[in-house]
Amino acid sequence: MVNSRHGSRKRMYWRMVSSSLIRRASRLIIAVLAIAIGATILSGLVTIYYDIPEQLGREFRSYGANLIVLPRGESKITRESMRTLRELVGDSRIVGMAPYRYQTVKINEQPYIIAGTDLDQAKNNSPFWYIEGEWGTHEDTSRVMVGHEIATTLGLNLGDSFMVQGVRYGGQAEASRQDLSAEENMRRDSARQNFHRTFTVCGIVTTGGAEEGFIFADIDMLDELIGDTFRAEVIECSVVADANELSALSGKIESDIPELMPRAVRRLTQSQDIVLGKLQALVLLVTVVVLIITMISVYTTMMAMVAERRREIALKKALGAENRLVMSELLGEGVMLGLIGGALGVYLGFEFAQRVSLNVFGRAINFQPALIPATIAVFIAITVLASIIPVRKVMDIHPAIVLKGE
Amino acid sequence: MPILELNNVSKIYGNLKALADINLSVNAGDWLSIMGPSGSGKTTMINIIGCMDTPSTGSVILDGVDISKENASSLTRIRRDKIGLIFQQFHLISYLTAVENVMVAQYYHSMPDEEEALEALAKVGLADRARHLPAQLSGGEQQRVCIARALINSPQILLGDEPTGNLDEENEGIVVDIFRRLHDEGVTIIIVTHDPEVGDVAQRKIILEHGRVIDDIDQSATFGEALKLKSKESRA
Repeated sequence: MVNSRHGSRKRMYWRMVSSSLIRRASRLIIAVLAIAIGATILSGLVTIYYDIPEQLGREFRSYGANLIVLPRGESKITRESMRTLRELVGDSRIVGMAPYRYQTVKINEQPYIIAGTDLDQAKNNSPFWYIEGEWGTHEDTSRVMVGHEIATTLGLNLGDSFMVQGVRYGGQAEASRQDLSAEENMRRDSARQNFHRTFTVCGIVTTGGAEEGFIFADIDMLDELIGDTFRAEVIECSVVADANELSALSGKIESDIPELMPRAVRRLTQSQDIVLGKLQALVLLVTVVVLIITMISVYTTMMAMVAERRREIALKKALGAENRLVMSELLGEGVMLGLIGGALGVYLGFEFAQRVSLNVFGRAINFQPALIPATIAVFIAITVLASIIPVRKVMDIHPAIVLKGE
Repeated sequence: MPILELNNVSKIYGNLKALADINLSVNAGDWLSIMGPSGSGKTTMINIIGCMDTPSTGSVILDGVDISKENASSLTRIRRDKIGLIFQQFHLISYLTAVENVMVAQYYHSMPDEEEALEALAKVGLADRARHLPAQLSGGEQQRVCIARALINSPQILLGDEPTGNLDEENEGIVVDIFRRLHDEGVTIIIVTHDPEVGDVAQRKIILEHGRVIDDIDQSATFGEALKLKSKESRA
């Protein structure tokens, strides 16, 4: 009986609150809009706030590898070690992981260095390289990229072919004999432990750095050419991580894969952290300002609402409503406004964040499901908080004075 | 047995004495009209009887309780339990339907009961207008909703402040007819009015001037006749 009585009162309470919201919608639309705009900016900024480290981290990866892994001692890095390294770092955090093997070769009897690498991964690591032509691929290993310096020295252009010669792994180079013809010397070289192969230039690399003095080819092809298994001299990694995470990762690599020696590129990660910190502080500041503005907006709207509804409030009090009951009805309306505005804001906020992310970072943003209840709860709290002072005005309304219209 | 007694009641606002030493006794089931020119203290008196104001001096005994000594919270409770209010401006809540407006009074009193609220509206001839919003009702219909709302919690006194002040003659007659039926059922009615015709249909009439009762007229002898006349006028 008590429960049914309580339920009946509760139903009437929500009937009054919802009727007020639905039938006075045109008057409340400004309040809902104010809350929705606040919620949109808040949820949008929070989405960006949480996505910035990821987005900016990936953006910073455009500036090259931030983790260099070397072999410990005189040995080289095996494919097994590299596989373990990849597992340890985790695929989701790896932007690029390119092993490098350097091999001295001769072109027109002059020494040059071929850098054998995973060209796809190198491309991920170094999107800032300027490539005239196109990147080489694992599929067509006869096409290689040459550094701008080599191209200039050898007069190579895109599509030109050139031949490299070198000594197979474990072999020793022998000087050419001057009493023999060039063809004879080449035949002797081939017969012993030497290799030679003709490549076509598919791209000319300009970086402004040491890369301009290398020929970039597929590492598997290079291993085959020199007759050896996978032995990398260095692995360049581009990992999505801040300075602390990178430091922790280095420690873990050192302890779990003792044959490897990780080196974080601190200058890059520290710059990333500084920019990130400043951006997050900015987002936080804007969020706080938006919350305050929303509160002021809700406060003034609720003030106007209480003033506009003085007669209704006075009537309710004349009918015997205690102050707390009338205040709870107005707060109930505030809660509903917060709920509707907050829910609207979550949706619009994600759209806002998505557009910002696409325009600024060129990437889609991840939706945070936890933002739905969080934003709604925050805006209900804000609405209730901003309504407290206006709603307390109920206590100052005297039915006898207001209902008489004095 | 008096249900209401005012003993030496005065109300003073600054230098203005709105009510001066009022003595009044109203028995249960009486129909009293309070008349007087503007500023005579009618509204102040009804506010004090309706527990919306307190006297500066004197005592007001309502159903055996001296309400002049009660605080605001107690007055709210007493008003909710014992008084039914009817206003000149109707004061219906614009976003609630007629039946919901009646249920609001139930909600603040005890427990909303839609069936009971619909019955109350049927009693004032608004069964078919129960789901209409106030803006969809005529002035007379709005006042009848107001009466249904005032009666829904079975108050001991029905207080009307110019209840027919905003009504045309036809609706005035309908409302007076409702008061007559309520009086027959034993409801105590106290009405403030400017309208001599409405004042004349009551059992008893007091005239206020400058905050004092200058006349207290027993209309029992003409009570039935005046009512018949009023009903006839409204039907005509």
